Amino acid sequence: MHSTSKLYKKSKFRLSEMIIEWTIRLTASFSVIVIFLIFIFIFRESGGLIFGTAKELKPKKSTSEKTTDKPEEKVKPEIYNPETGEIAKVKENKKQDISKSSESKSESIWKNIFSDTWQPVGKKPKYGIQPLLIGTFKVTLVSLLFATPLSILAAIYCAFFAKAWIRDIIKPTVEVLAGFPSVVLGFFCLVTVVQGVYNTTQFLQPLCTHIADFISWVIPFSNEWIHSVLTISDFHYSSVVGGIGLGLAVIPIIFTISEDALSSVPKSYREASLALGATESETAFKVMLPAALPGVVAAVLLGIGRAFGETMIALMATGNAALFSWNIFHPVRTLAATIGSETGEVQWGSLHYNILFFLGILLFLVSFIINALTELFVKRYLSKKFQGA
Amino acid sequence: MTELLLQKKHSPYYYIKSKLSTGLPLFSAVFLVLLIALLLLHFIWHGAPGITWTFLSEAPRNNNTEGGIFPAIYGTVFLVFIMSLLGVPIGTATAIYLSEYAKQQSFFSRSVRFGVNTLAGVPSIVFGLFGVGFFVQFIGKSIDTAAQTTIWSKPSLIWAAATLSVLTLPVVIVAVEEALRNVPQELRAASLALGATKWQTIWRVVLPNSLTGILTGTILAIGRGAGEVAPVIFVGAVYSLPQLPDSLSDQFMHMGYHIYVLATQSPNAAEALPLQYASTLVLLMLAFSLNLTAAYIRLKIRRSHK
Repeated sequence: MHSTSKLYKKSKFRLSEMIIEWTIRLTASFSVIVIFLIFIFIFRESGGLIFGTAKELKPKKSTSEKTTDKPEEKVKPEIYNPETGEIAKVKENKKQDISKSSESKSESIWKNIFSDTWQPVGKKPKYGIQPLLIGTFKVTLVSLLFATPLSILAAIYCAFFAKAWIRDIIKPTVEVLAGFPSVVLGFFCLVTVVQGVYNTTQFLQPLCTHIADFISWVIPFSNEWIHSVLTISDFHYSSVVGGIGLGLAVIPIIFTISEDALSSVPKSYREASLALGATESETAFKVMLPAALPGVVAAVLLGIGRAFGETMIALMATGNAALFSWNIFHPVRTLAATIGSETGEVQWGSLHYNILFFLGILLFLVSFIINALTELFVKRYLSKKFQGA
Repeated sequence: MTELLLQKKHSPYYYIKSKLSTGLPLFSAVFLVLLIALLLLHFIWHGAPGITWTFLSEAPRNNNTEGGIFPAIYGTVFLVFIMSLLGVPIGTATAIYLSEYAKQQSFFSRSVRFGVNTLAGVPSIVFGLFGVGFFVQFIGKSIDTAAQTTIWSKPSLIWAAATLSVLTLPVVIVAVEEALRNVPQELRAASLALGATKWQTIWRVVLPNSLTGILTGTILAIGRGAGEVAPVIFVGAVYSLPQLPDSLSDQFMHMGYHIYVLATQSPNAAEALPLQYASTLVLLMLAFSLNLTAAYIRLKIRRSHK
């Protein structure tokens, strides 16, 4: 399809051409370099947390109030209570007490990081990322449950059933949604979706109980857990609200990419299926969708990546309380939202700051892996599959 | 055989299934379009009354319950202007490489492509951290130690613009590359046949013919950059400023950040709401007008090369 490089092939050697070509090559390598730089510098700012070289972690200013130098005790598995301990948004002055020897220090830091309470401001800061991970997982899951079926079905409609003029309405409309800045979507959740979800869930409480009963009947031993997951709480902000907001952000991605994949399936597939007597809908669901599956999977993966790393919506609509709870109607706090709300207020260079950058590494790695998966596996598979067609 | 088939076709299960499999996609599409229309109408309905000349030209007063958002608009425009100055040349050069120089299968061109795609998928908040770690803490500090100053190693407009230009780089690259590829091969061949070198061909023939594409890329990048809040939260955006920023090392007000702070930390949320809707609508209109312009230019390019 593209043969520019062939066109240029036979050219004489010229110094000026050579210099220009290498300048352009160098500039082109910028995006690769930036990827490395992102990794290196986020890593650097996380203060060597990974290799346990936590000696440098000692905060520059240690407050004199801290006289009781207790060794780090194991964090109790208590659930963070939003009513009593709202995370105060004040500049952090008090630094954590770190025990004397560097080995046990780094060990206790790791123990702290993998514990289940996130309470970075206080006399004894707790950096347990478990609630953040659970929160991110819950919100991403809800957003996918909301966005995936909707956008894939709409993409199927758009690719196979819709007339041309209807398609010309649907596609630009979805692109309009893609143009919404995420802070606007977050604001929308804040002013409308919150109340809507609250009213609906209050109304639907009996239904949720029935669903929980049903699931616990299907899957034995899950009774208590599933009831705790699906019990409506009185919180206004929850992972459901945030999930709907993130879903709005994810819909354009999943829709556009899966629509592309679906309509790039060769026409001959459809014609063959119709000729064999299948209806349009059978063709769409049993022939075309399976053929485009890698592309659709890529779309969902990229959607996961977006939902996972989205900051503003999660910051505005999820309640931002790091609860250790599997209930989807409880407020949550995601990794990205934690970084977004706390990095601005933390003392640069402190342990808290390092840990926020550590969360950044997690986000970066997950997005990197998702991209590599779609790039190396799914796309190649797809292009190979249709090469002969 | 035929009977069996007919029987199957008349069973209620088959009937429901076939109705569902045509009905559900239609329902989803309609639902999606209605949802988006509702979203747009919501903001236009609530925001339009608040947009007045005073609102666009004055600074906020009285905890954002009066006055306007001019400093935020100014900061945002300043920011995206610097951003495009930094990002567009690099993006264009990368696109030129990918379209004119790269050999499809070479390791380098594949890794550049992978880098661009990866960059497009990195969460925006990570760019914010990158801005702090690289631009402010590393480059800014190096400049400060070299020049004996203290102004560069703190969050400021230039670092926010640099962060955003990295974030919007993939947008520029994709748009410009598409435009370069839309330049007909005959033009290149004619130029080369007349004895022009490769670079002369690119510079005098290919680039002038894809200027609109570069413009599209810039506009799309601006549309994206103006709406991103997460990367600039801690790289220079502030909630209120006594005066407009006039140098690259100043901090700035940002429309998205303004909306965020108003929505979550306003002391008087109910009274600030009308103005907040208005600022949201201004941001939306900015993003949409840019996107629409880009879409229009793209359409024109495609038509003219057909």
